[in-house]
Amino acid sequence: MPRETTMDKSKMVVVEGSYAVAHSVKVCRPNVISAYPITPQTHIVEDLSQFMADGEIPKCEYINVESEFSALSALVGSSAVGARSYSATTSQGLELMHEVLFNVSGMRLPIVMTVANRAVSAPISIWNDQQDSIAQRDTGWIQLYAENIQEASDMTAQLFKISEDKDIMMPSMACMDGFILSHVYEPVVLLEQDITDEFLPSFDPERTLDPSNPLTFGAFADPNYYTEFRYLQEQAMQTALKKIETVADEFSDMYGRYFGGLIDEYQTEDADIIIMAMGSIVGTIKDVIDRLRENNVKVGLLKVRAFRPFPAEAIKNVIKDAKVVVVLDKNISLGINAGALFIETKSVLYNTDIDVPVTGYMIGHGGRDIPTSTIDKIIDDAKEIMKSGIKTESQFTDLKEELV
Amino acid sequence: MNQISLLAPGHSGCAGCCDAMAAKFTLMGAGDNCIVVSPTGCLEVMTTPYPETSWDVPWIHSLFENAGAVASGIEAGLKALGKKEKTKVIAMGGDGATLDIGLQAISGAFERGHDFTYVCIDNEAYMNTGVQRSGATPYNASTTTSPAGKVSFGNPRPKKNMPAIIAAHGSPYVATTSLAYPKDMIAKVKKATEIEGPTYIHCHAPCTTGWGFDTSKTVEVAKMAVKTGLWPLYEMENGVVTKVRKLGKVKAPVEDYLKMQRRFKHLFTMEGGEEEIAKIQDIANMNIEEYGL
Ligand SMILES: Cc1ncc(C[n+]2csc(CCOP(=O)(O)OP(=O)(O)O)c2C)c(N)n1
Ligand code: SF4
Repeated sequence: MPRETTMDKSKMVVVEGSYAVAHSVKVCRPNVISAYPITPQTHIVEDLSQFMADGEIPKCEYINVESEFSALSALVGSSAVGARSYSATTSQGLELMHEVLFNVSGMRLPIVMTVANRAVSAPISIWNDQQDSIAQRDTGWIQLYAENIQEASDMTAQLFKISEDKDIMMPSMACMDGFILSHVYEPVVLLEQDITDEFLPSFDPERTLDPSNPLTFGAFADPNYYTEFRYLQEQAMQTALKKIETVADEFSDMYGRYFGGLIDEYQTEDADIIIMAMGSIVGTIKDVIDRLRENNVKVGLLKVRAFRPFPAEAIKNVIKDAKVVVVLDKNISLGINAGALFIETKSVLYNTDIDVPVTGYMIGHGGRDIPTSTIDKIIDDAKEIMKSGIKTESQFTDLKEELV
Repeated sequence: MNQISLLAPGHSGCAGCCDAMAAKFTLMGAGDNCIVVSPTGCLEVMTTPYPETSWDVPWIHSLFENAGAVASGIEAGLKALGKKEKTKVIAMGGDGATLDIGLQAISGAFERGHDFTYVCIDNEAYMNTGVQRSGATPYNASTTTSPAGKVSFGNPRPKKNMPAIIAAHGSPYVATTSLAYPKDMIAKVKKATEIEGPTYIHCHAPCTTGWGFDTSKTVEVAKMAVKTGLWPLYEMENGVVTKVRKLGKVKAPVEDYLKMQRRFKHLFTMEGGEEEIAKIQDIANMNIEEYGL
């Protein structure tokens, strides 16, 4: 259900995206933070270490680990003893965590991590796209993508609440576009401590490593048992679908801000063309839509907020009556010439009676700018598709032909 | 000595398993107020086949290479929650998990000074995956990835000196021990867990399957490693050797140790084997001199 967000202007401050996130982490009262520098995430852990240095995060241990691999591994231990645990990373750092990511979700440890999305090398690129977190989609982490700084910072509290729910107990990534959100100053309302304390109860897991009640974590499971662990993880993900929605509602009731639950919609009700996208690019798309709507072009936006769990039903509902759906991906699944959101969207439509053409664009890789003119061009293509059908299912945009 | 075994019987290790013994002695030294983390390896696999467990203390397995980091997090989490005072944190891993793949995480943990004890159960190869060489495999041992052959005497390099590496991190307490000397091991673990800061115990642990000796001979083989001087038992406090177990007249030639094991069999049949045995004797002699055994 689309909802309005009313921002209290008197509470607004202009801060860097990283600072807003660090502030949110602080008011979520973490017990253990592990940190390893990697651009563009670094400012978050730097701001957190300053809070620590100023004594602003009580009952918290800050571990300067020697690698991202240990950053997440340390949180395995801290989360298992019942400590609310947080880290932030990006790109190469996230890929170095790959093995641990599976381990965390398999052990059902509700760690929350901010991912300041960045391209993955080679060639080395520090700029934004979403290849890093998309590459981790099968690791069993909830993934939400933020549209702007306010959402990235608010998402942190929401994700602790979702992850730590007793019926879920799955870790989550708060994904924010690197630089575009992490390094930009915007007016935001920072999370208030008193409201957050009410919104987010302290972490009280049912099972911990505790000598007074010895339990074995991370046992070895033979073929008689392994499948059921996987099944239960998937069940938890399905439960998270509902929880993401209700937590977004609860958040909106308490703080007055709503950015969507699993998805959000903009001008979709009567739209012939629906553009689907994740992250900061949805802001650009909204501007284009505002302009086109003045000229009666019936175009709308479906912002995908949750990529894992994948909101299949919510997406189907929104796009079922469109004439064409355009999916933008800041990633590519190499070998199928398409981005992940496009592939997932097409897959959920198969075996249904929804017969809407879906076309995909891989866009904004390695920090390549996405001007409104590119969105205009894509919408022009979509109008063509409405008339004469899809010619190219999925393609790169703004390729410099002279370089290839 | 704590008589109750916190490692319950009924695990699926081989008869005469070294890892089981070392784990049992570690827990006897630490007592029941501890949390244990074990990396992947024989010990993990044989003690935790879901839904069973041999552990009467809280225990966690994460991955092969991150026990040092997981232990760091356990300690930090307990501290943050105000529960550290009472609880000891122990990481217990094989030589592969310790000297090779997990070294970085252990180094980080020791450098940061977390209050925990790391116990390396050194059976001198990757046993869980079928006896491949590790950084702890001794000179000339034949393993499945360093086999003796027509032009090879087996593993071409001596053991990595892990206790020295850990001592260089500024650890307040580093000790070597052997499962053949339970009292020694239990006392050292107890001491290590009582000292604040990151402490390290390196336990020599002969593996019947990987080394090739009768399942009843684990302790005998382990004793012989000590008696030859190949495995000196000592303690280091703040980087300085403070105590050594002297051998006196019981010293034995390395040959007595080598011939007990299939992994060194080729040294007694191949041409040039005698010279190789002499080189191993040199290693023992150096230990005897260095530690005044
Ligand atoms: C990243 C990774 N690489 C390889 C393995 C396979 N593996 C599991 S246990 C093991 C060897 C364990 O050897 P060690 O630490 O010496 O313990 P042991 O079994 O000998 O007691 C290996 C190579 C793994 N689990 N993870
Ligand atoms: S292979 Fe060696 S370490 Fe592994 S269970 Fe058998 S005896 Fe124990």
